[in-house]
Amino acid sequence: MADKITLEVARYDPERHTEPTFEKYEVPFRKDWVILDALNYIKDRLDGSLSYRWSCRTGICGSCGMMVDGEPKLTCATFLSSYAPGPVRVEALRNFPIVRDLVIEMTDFMVKLKKVKPWIVRENEKPISQGEYLQTPEQLENYKQFSMCINCLLCYAACPVYGLDNLFTGPAAIALAQRYNLDSRDVGARERREILSDHEGIWGCTFVGECTEVCPKHVDPAGAIQQYKVDAAIDWFKSFLLPRGAK
Amino acid sequence: MTEKPVYTEFHPRWYRTRVSTYWWLDRTPYVKFILRELSSIFVAFFVVITLLQIRALGQGPQAYPAFQQRLQAPIMVILNILSLLFVLFHTITWFNLTPKAIVLRVRGRRLPDLLIAAPNYVAWLVVSGVIAWIVTGG
Ligand code: SF4
Ligand code: FES
Repeated sequence: MADKITLEVARYDPERHTEPTFEKYEVPFRKDWVILDALNYIKDRLDGSLSYRWSCRTGICGSCGMMVDGEPKLTCATFLSSYAPGPVRVEALRNFPIVRDLVIEMTDFMVKLKKVKPWIVRENEKPISQGEYLQTPEQLENYKQFSMCINCLLCYAACPVYGLDNLFTGPAAIALAQRYNLDSRDVGARERREILSDHEGIWGCTFVGECTEVCPKHVDPAGAIQQYKVDAAIDWFKSFLLPRGAK
Repeated sequence: MTEKPVYTEFHPRWYRTRVSTYWWLDRTPYVKFILRELSSIFVAFFVVITLLQIRALGQGPQAYPAFQQRLQAPIMVILNILSLLFVLFHTITWFNLTPKAIVLRVRGRRLPDLLIAAPNYVAWLVVSGVIAWIVTGG
């Protein structure tokens, strides 16, 4: 087994470069190392100016998403050994503006996420003295899958629709909207519908399905969007056939 | 949080990648997706052929053989074979995607994907069977 592997890392310094260029680094090839370990090695030993985001190293915080050999990956959950003998290309997540090296600008997602009201909407809160809102295991099961999202944005990097048209609400935001729509404690579905059944919402999706493939948390955003399309279509028919009785 | 946080306004300079016109050649799943989208043209082609066939039938016993003759031209045969392949691809890929759009739960458990996709195939077989029975003069 070779004891070194080459990483080709995209470097971009907004003050000096007009576009990213690749720089090669040789790092020890260790079976137990993930791509993030290799990046940390570069930063600690070879080039302290390399910028990238990470925090938990356990696939929970969602901050270490990058393109590894052209595929969106959580670098803390992607082993170097899968890319032996190398070289491995590491780039910033696709479809987002690059701030520096491997760091992307994600405000666009944050704004969209807030728009779909990803919190429990209630008509009136019951007083704390009346206790918690109870939920059965079945009710939890309805939305649990969609609640596993860690906002890593790998799905946005995999989505050609978002790449071509940044106005598209995008996979994770819609999956998270659906997470609250399906929650038995929530009554916000109608408020969310306005944003979601927009042309830039669910109907922007052409069902490429790659968001689901790359999602490290098995959220299945493509499924969430198609299920929402079915719901929205049924609702539309209802409002059409029974002008008053719909909702 | 305001819609446009200040840190983005005063940001130096971002690099924005442009998506190439040939983005769909980048990865196999994208190629497959484009082929699936393209298949709708061939579905439309079959629909047009069927409509023309009905029209020819309506025009009486002289018109129909002429129509059949035209369908036997090599170009038409090739086009038909190609369309058949695309329509099959279209049908199978969409059938297999139904479990994504439809979630059925029985006693709190999500029905497996196979059970959701299977009725499509069964319906397909039944309808094809009935049509074959009619065509072969049952
Ligand atoms: S849906 Fe999956 S890929 Fe998309 S942000 Fe959430 S965890 Fe990441
Ligand atoms: S470092 Fe937190 S998900 Fe990778």
